[in-house]
Amino acid sequence: MADRLTDAVEFHGRALILRAERQRVIAGNIANADTPRFAARDFDFRSALAEATGYRAADAPGSRPAGDPVRMRATHEGHVGGGGGAPARIDSTVLRYRAAEQPSLDGNSVDLDRERANFADNAVRYEAGLRFINGSVRTLLSAIRGE
Amino acid sequence: MSLMKVFGISGSAVSAQSQRLNVVASNLANAEAVAGPDGQSYKARQVVFQTQPTADGSAGVKVAQVIEGDAPARRLYEPGHPMADAEGFLTQSNVNVVEEMVNMISASRSYQNNVEVMNTARQLLLKTLQMGQS
Repeated sequence: MADRLTDAVEFHGRALILRAERQRVIAGNIANADTPRFAARDFDFRSALAEATGYRAADAPGSRPAGDPVRMRATHEGHVGGGGGAPARIDSTVLRYRAAEQPSLDGNSVDLDRERANFADNAVRYEAGLRFINGSVRTLLSAIRGE
Repeated sequence: MSLMKVFGISGSAVSAQSQRLNVVASNLANAEAVAGPDGQSYKARQVVFQTQPTADGSAGVKVAQVIEGDAPARRLYEPGHPMADAEGFLTQSNVNVVEEMVNMISASRSYQNNVEVMNTARQLLLKTLQMGQS
């Protein structure tokens, strides 16, 4: 029961961590806008979130042999879920290089307009995630208080 | 908390860009300097940016080195000048003022960009601190 109550908060919490990670990656791109031969990077948010929450749309066997999310085994019906899914972390193995639309002479592939748009978009979505969490917490609290 | 790392990344960029601005200021200040008795005039300096990668995919930036431009020094014919050589020529620096102005504008825009990134990260962090209190 308790895990149902906190499921929504946990999902949005993991999404929030990933949003913060993406914010960090985009900040790195903007910081290196003038560095020669720097390649802009980003990651696929949808698959990263799917991995972090243990949810996979295409649950084909053998599609993901490595990095399979580790779950705690429930051996009793009273066990709550172990928060399946890999830890929401982004490292250089997940990051992909962005294709430059207008390559520059010094080999830098940062498109500053696009990065700034992505940064603003990501910030708004981060705030949206915060509001979802705040809403869930408020709902939980009003249920607890019974007001 | 990766939003905290944004300050490190953008901070490194702001610091690198301000060093670039410093170099531009030095170049512009010395644009008209003439060579001393040794015939060596001021050489335009340029910063070289380099990415500072870490294992978690963060990419800060640093100034790897400051190089001196190898463009030929400007020579002016001013026979009346006390520093002129035997043929009446003055040797000035090799600073290209137009290039430096463009460099300055580019550096200041990049600086502003990174400050804005830090401001956004700061606002998001402050809102995160108030999570569950509203």
